[in-house]
Amino acid sequence: MLLISCPHCGPRDEAEFSCGGEAHIARPLAENSITDAQFADYLFYRHNPKGVFLERWRHAAGCRRWFNMVRDTVSHEIIEIYAMGQMPKTKAGKEAYATNWRRSSEAEKAAVQTKKKGAK
Amino acid sequence: MADSEIDRGTKGLGGANKRYSAFSLAKNAMSYHQNWQQAWRHAEPKAEYDAVIIGGGGHGLATAYYLASVHNMTNIAVIEKGWLGGGNTGRNTTIIRSNYMWDESAAIYDHALKLWEGLAQDLNFNIMFSQRGVLTIAHSWGELREMSRRVHAIRLNGIDSDILTPEQIKEFVPCINIDQNIRYPIMGGFLQKRGGTARHDAVAWGYARAADDLGVDIIQNCEVTGLKRQGRKITGIETTKGLIKTKKVGVVVAGHSSVVAEMAGIRMPLASRPLQALVSEPIKPVLDTVIMSNAVHMYISQSDKGEMVLGAGVDKYNSYAQRGSYPVPEHMLAAAVELFPFLSRLRMLRHWGGIVDTCPDASPIISKTDVDGLYFNCGWGTGGFKATPGSGHVFADLIANDRPNKIAEPYALKRFETGYLIDEHGAAGVAH
Repeated sequence: MLLISCPHCGPRDEAEFSCGGEAHIARPLAENSITDAQFADYLFYRHNPKGVFLERWRHAAGCRRWFNMVRDTVSHEIIEIYAMGQMPKTKAGKEAYATNWRRSSEAEKAAVQTKKKGAK
Repeated sequence: MADSEIDRGTKGLGGANKRYSAFSLAKNAMSYHQNWQQAWRHAEPKAEYDAVIIGGGGHGLATAYYLASVHNMTNIAVIEKGWLGGGNTGRNTTIIRSNYMWDESAAIYDHALKLWEGLAQDLNFNIMFSQRGVLTIAHSWGELREMSRRVHAIRLNGIDSDILTPEQIKEFVPCINIDQNIRYPIMGGFLQKRGGTARHDAVAWGYARAADDLGVDIIQNCEVTGLKRQGRKITGIETTKGLIKTKKVGVVVAGHSSVVAEMAGIRMPLASRPLQALVSEPIKPVLDTVIMSNAVHMYISQSDKGEMVLGAGVDKYNSYAQRGSYPVPEHMLAAAVELFPFLSRLRMLRHWGGIVDTCPDASPIISKTDVDGLYFNCGWGTGGFKATPGSGHVFADLIANDRPNKIAEPYALKRFETGYLIDEHGAAGVAH
């Protein structure tokens, strides 16, 4: 049983939360510039590590807000909890982010390029 | 599904292993059962094989057996990290059925069921296959209507399925509560009479013994640590017992599929989750069928030892820990006690979790990959046991011929690019 510290409500029982799976999956907004196979990376393919994993959670039976979590999928240790839109700050979290295959995925590159264009 | 006769590969057990029979049982009883020969050899890896199967569970051993018996590939090995059937093969609730809605699913699960019927004879091993029926119950009018639609689709595929009223259910399962004033009242259900259970360990042992007899090396306590590639081709595997050269590798490792895929630099649309089950203390015979509930996600049967075997849904977060969280069994037991009030007095003996590889469309992946000679059979999620013989049969065919047959073809990884998914989330009969 996990004791999860909601950033808004404090420590609560796991039963109050729902898990939203892998975090930091950016939607490729420039869909036409990538192939169906590359789009499948965004839509279906998932990072599924044995070890440190970055995932999204929602305090479904509480404040109903989303947040991110760095958790070990073997020991179930919760390493870090951080807000949506933020990046992990712990060493384990940063490493898990960088080593995810998604960082070199065309789908993610298409999302990042679009963001940059939007900023201009 | 007018299919041609299945090649069951029944030429097994002509080798060194003695056949089991009533006569051999009587003969060995004379010597207090001290002289039974071992069921399979403890093989050490050779330097090279024609094909290597990673994973010594039911699916992996079935694959090896059909490679040897149907496709005459006997210079092969099965590599197992722990012991045979110690993973999900020994952790499931042993339910077998083929009442799936989509044509693709009906084809593979009924292919498996046809192989189950007669598997004990094929393998000369008592797998305790019992066609005691699988009854799925509905708790609301909406669910009952959806179920009727599904039943008609299933019947059109030639798979036996009957809708029962609550009264008929009570007659079939006298110990069930059909009171309409409970939280999950029974509004009806559908029954597959050909469904049932089998002894899960025996399935692994039976396939292992028959495969071993055909010359397959079964190597236990040997973990795969890496996959060797030369360009686009697979050349071998690195294990804790050294390098093994091979041109064909079949990966059948369930919850660890993503981990092995990463060794070859490929990715999978999978999430590994714990699936929990538990058994009660043994009691006298009270339930001679299998009951499943989609809405509350509870399934229950009674083992030949008398234990009530209960299963639930997958946990909500990824894990490789082989243990689950409490809310899942708590929810399932609450529903089970309501449907079977006598359960409230039973103590639970054992409780465990297995790591299942869940796919986005709740259907398996039986596929070639971008690496030549590397094949994956995974993504069975919560429902792999029932498919064991069929899965091994079509996967062996894929490895031997380097092309999927008609049954396996829809299960290629390619479907996640084309969008031709086989969505069995609701239609499988259990929620995922």
